[in-house]
Amino acid sequence: MGEVLTDAFKQLLANIQDYSVMSGRALLNLASGPRYFQDILDQMDDIGVGSLPIVLMAGFFIGAVMVLQTGTQFVRFGQTALTGDVVSIALVRELGPTLTGILVAGRSASGIASVLGSMVVTEQVDAMRAMGTDPSRKLVTPRVLAGILMLPLLTALNDFIGLLGGCVASVFSLRLNAVEFWTRAINALDFADIMQGMMKPLVYGFILATVGCYKGLTVRGGTQGVGRATTQAVVVASVMIIGADLFLTKLALYLGDKIF
Amino acid sequence: MTPAPQENDTSTVVAFTDVKIGFDEGDVLRGVSFEVMPRETLVLLGETGTGKTLTLKLAAGLLRPTQGKIEVLGQEVSSMSEAELLPYRRKLGFVFQEGALFDSLTVAENVAYPLREDRLSEDEIEKRVQEALGFVELEQTGDMLPSELSGGMRRRVSIARILATRPPMVLYDSPTAGLDPVTAQTIITLILQLRDVFGVTAIMATQRLQDGFGLANFRFDPESKRVVRLEEKEGTPGQNGEPATRFLVYREGRIYFEGAPEELAESKDAYLQRFLASI
Repeated sequence: MGEVLTDAFKQLLANIQDYSVMSGRALLNLASGPRYFQDILDQMDDIGVGSLPIVLMAGFFIGAVMVLQTGTQFVRFGQTALTGDVVSIALVRELGPTLTGILVAGRSASGIASVLGSMVVTEQVDAMRAMGTDPSRKLVTPRVLAGILMLPLLTALNDFIGLLGGCVASVFSLRLNAVEFWTRAINALDFADIMQGMMKPLVYGFILATVGCYKGLTVRGGTQGVGRATTQAVVVASVMIIGADLFLTKLALYLGDKIF
Repeated sequence: MTPAPQENDTSTVVAFTDVKIGFDEGDVLRGVSFEVMPRETLVLLGETGTGKTLTLKLAAGLLRPTQGKIEVLGQEVSSMSEAELLPYRRKLGFVFQEGALFDSLTVAENVAYPLREDRLSEDEIEKRVQEALGFVELEQTGDMLPSELSGGMRRRVSIARILATRPPMVLYDSPTAGLDPVTAQTIITLILQLRDVFGVTAIMATQRLQDGFGLANFRFDPESKRVVRLEEKEGTPGQNGEPATRFLVYREGRIYFEGAPEELAESKDAYLQRFLASI
């Protein structure tokens, strides 16, 4: 029993080491050539544009739901005007980045893992290496860079659409004035909130892309292995994003106090 | 294409010295030593799991041996870093068992891939892609995706892909596995052409004995563009520029037999006879 646990722990440490080396190399590759610009653009299109519909739809609904939930509480105190403030801060600081991270992890981390996993089992990754291409530069770096660049943009759009959803719900459900909602929502935000909201997705983009790549490139066991890797990529990336959120929030609040 | 080695070129192209490699399950190769001379084709035979594919991947630097020395094309592959291996591998051709074509790229893009990596001009790439696809008689498939091709056609495209880079050395991993006899013969004819027209040195792992004897007993005549039987009067294999074929049989991670095709065919060894009858 003890031996089994020791082996499992060693395996976990080895996996963390391999993941860290792969992720570090993906970033270091940016410092030197060859760079694959077309692959970077393709991945930005896939992760960014491809995720837009789900991010926008989910953002709209979550903003509207937040207004309904908070609004019913504010009605009791006759303070429904504060709804814009609450929805705005919650969306920009927390829900926007984290929801976007988890949604894109569900879509893109799984996609990355399944594509790279399939390439591994059909020897396409070996073929790439045999032709003198570094898979880290060709496959990993473009995806990681695309994740880091696209997540903040998707988050910004998610925040905006979320506020739009909140506004619609406020007008139709709470009978608030749309202009008042937007004014309060914008005035409630300060620079530290925006910083917090835009810093988190940079890390989330990195996490979902690196986890997807790692799970894909370490596939074992044929097509069944690809299926397992795809599922694991989503689960691990989502949990890591929520875990990272805790630390990033603490860090952002600390920096917000000290700097902004 | 790199010109055929000179007749007096006797330096080894590949040299394995006491190579071992193992995984969690134990050693797969347990001290393997052999050499491949210029224009020679080494046919690797052995049961499944005896390390034929591993040998090819070791030669290409895709895997690192746990012990021993591997020299290919004058470079010590076993001690090179991954960064050094990348330019080295561009001098090799590797034909994978299922072709390993990039399924998101068209046939022409697949053949062009290594040329783009070498940063050749688009005109040169276009010319070489057409030449390579013409060589394997698949010019009309350039815009198709690999999934639209048959198994045999995919192998031919993978041969075109390595041909486009004009490598002096090619590693074939079971190039005819799973193909019907007629298609397998087409692939062997292409391998003969690569050897006899372009002077390629090769290691071929295979489960089909007739592939090895096909290479040993026939040659491609560039003038008549036909496969003809090697006549004795044409000289001893390996001498005077004649293509030579040698067999290597693996058994339990070691070399069990190494020699000329006729030695293998005439061997009275019980294991070899049983093994040869089974493939």
